[in-house]
Amino acid sequence: MTAQVSRTDIAPSKPARWLILGIVGLLFAIPIISMIEFTLRAGLAGGYTFSHWTGLFDPANASKYDVLYTGLTNSLVLALVTVAIVLVILLPTMVLVQLKFPAFRRVLEFICIIPITVPAIVLVVGLAPVYSVIAKIFGSGTWTLAFAYGITVLPYAYRTIQSNLGAIDVNVLSEAARSLGASWMSVFWRVLIPNLRRGIMAASFISVAVVLGEFTIASLLSRQNLQTSILLMSQSDPYVAIIIALIALAFVFVLLLVIGWIGSAGKSKRNKSGVTS
Amino acid sequence: MSSPQSVAVELVSITKTFGTQLALNALSLSAKPGEMVALLGPSGCGKTTALRSIAGLESVDSGTILIDGEDVTDRSTNKRDIGMVFQSYSLFPHLTAGENVEFGLRMRKVGAAERRKRAAETLAMVGLDRHVDRYAHELSGGQQQRVALARALVTEPRVLLLDEPLSALDAKVRVQLREEIRRIQTQLGITTFFVTHDQEEALAIADRVAVMQKGNIDQIGSPEELYQHPTTPFVAEFIGLSNRLEGVVVGGKVEVLGHTLPLLHPETAPGPVRVLVRPEDVELASAGMPGTVVSSSFLGSFRRTNVLLADGKTIVAVQHSVRDNPQQGESVFLALNGAAVSVVPL
Repeated sequence: MTAQVSRTDIAPSKPARWLILGIVGLLFAIPIISMIEFTLRAGLAGGYTFSHWTGLFDPANASKYDVLYTGLTNSLVLALVTVAIVLVILLPTMVLVQLKFPAFRRVLEFICIIPITVPAIVLVVGLAPVYSVIAKIFGSGTWTLAFAYGITVLPYAYRTIQSNLGAIDVNVLSEAARSLGASWMSVFWRVLIPNLRRGIMAASFISVAVVLGEFTIASLLSRQNLQTSILLMSQSDPYVAIIIALIALAFVFVLLLVIGWIGSAGKSKRNKSGVTS
Repeated sequence: MSSPQSVAVELVSITKTFGTQLALNALSLSAKPGEMVALLGPSGCGKTTALRSIAGLESVDSGTILIDGEDVTDRSTNKRDIGMVFQSYSLFPHLTAGENVEFGLRMRKVGAAERRKRAAETLAMVGLDRHVDRYAHELSGGQQQRVALARALVTEPRVLLLDEPLSALDAKVRVQLREEIRRIQTQLGITTFFVTHDQEEALAIADRVAVMQKGNIDQIGSPEELYQHPTTPFVAEFIGLSNRLEGVVVGGKVEVLGHTLPLLHPETAPGPVRVLVRPEDVELASAGMPGTVVSSSFLGSFRRTNVLLADGKTIVAVQHSVRDNPQQGESVFLALNGAAVSVVPL
């Protein structure tokens, strides 16, 4: 006789859940609290001060933090170009495969997932000779890193867009629009894009988060982005480096919250559609 | 909403293959202006492929599609001036019912005021004028299909294509909506193709029904013609319910259960056959073939009773008045009313 185990039987009790949450929370909180505590230190003399935080935003120190602003600007440009690559190349490809070449869906998925299995350092070894060609064509501007980042964000962007694509009947919506006189361009802009908005937003935000946190590729290809700037800055002003790391962390945290909110908004909207017949 | 000018549609020897599978086998079919033709057949017979070919959603390997005498075979879907309602709910989820209906007009660059006016009129025609601002997820399945119908009609297309639009709905809504579709189609006089696998639906709604098998039409005719005068064994078996009894063709007639019945096709070659006898052509009688009632079902306006004949192996379905209510195990007598029957080779 087989014992039936329900989900509630194996679920931890309420105190156990709080305990697990507490331990995991502590694990994440300790380094963050330590970072905050570090940024508030007055120096070797001891005591605490906000001067490191206020100093960062003081216009008088602008030249001192130049490297940081350059890194931040570069990373924002990189994020923008990477998102553009995702939206201009990946999104239309996915829609095309879904509509016209469904047999290639698995192949596309495989290709898009590969980067997650390749360590960044291995990727750089392969990309180094490619970048010598890229430099000849596009110059050696930091923004060209976006080509590499376009690859590293593929698994995340693919997954988020695919989950949205799977949730709507792209084929029927396209055919309905075509039967109503819409050109393929109108189908894409007026029907598919609005219905893929959640996936596109989530893919964009997650791409921004990945780009803002990227260090290895930029460092090994000798480009300056936010993370390499933080490292440089930490050698002259470790407090500011940590403050920037904290701000970047908070920014990415907010981005992830927004992604989660977008996802749950979609779910609750679908759940509301419980009208039948 | 004004009535569009009715046009004729003609498919001439259309062939379509998917890989090695032949979906349409030199299919020829025509619809007269303002006519509703139902494409009926089992799964995989090619009825949806035929409809999608008319819409331009499937390209054809060979053959010609003519709408109003104009060759549209190679014309893209958005330029064929058709309206289509799909089996699955196909409303654009990001648009309200009103905006969905306006979509086709927007594609035709109709002004905003005119769009709103025509969308409201068409939604009123399908009884949803109070649902203009509702999104698809706020509408029931039946309402969604009504909006889809309004959306397909608002542009006054030359041809209306309905791809099993009722199959996702529950029985009551299905009957209501099919009557509504027929009313609107007759009112507008729009040439319509209606794909369904439900024979009752096809017989109830269409001017003519094309019964399809293996990518071609077995028989096309009025519902009465198909039911009463099937020209092929497949149609005879597919349309309506039949008792399948063993018999022998002799001299242009068939002998079955001790009776001699006329054949719908007297040219049938002599020999043993399977005879298809409609339940309404068998009667409960005071004398005749003895049998025992196996089961009896109340079906609203009539009752269908299954009777096991004295040979102990033949079960015959009888359709009769609800006033007769034979009980299980009761002994009854059956008689054949002498109507002409179809036969299929054994």
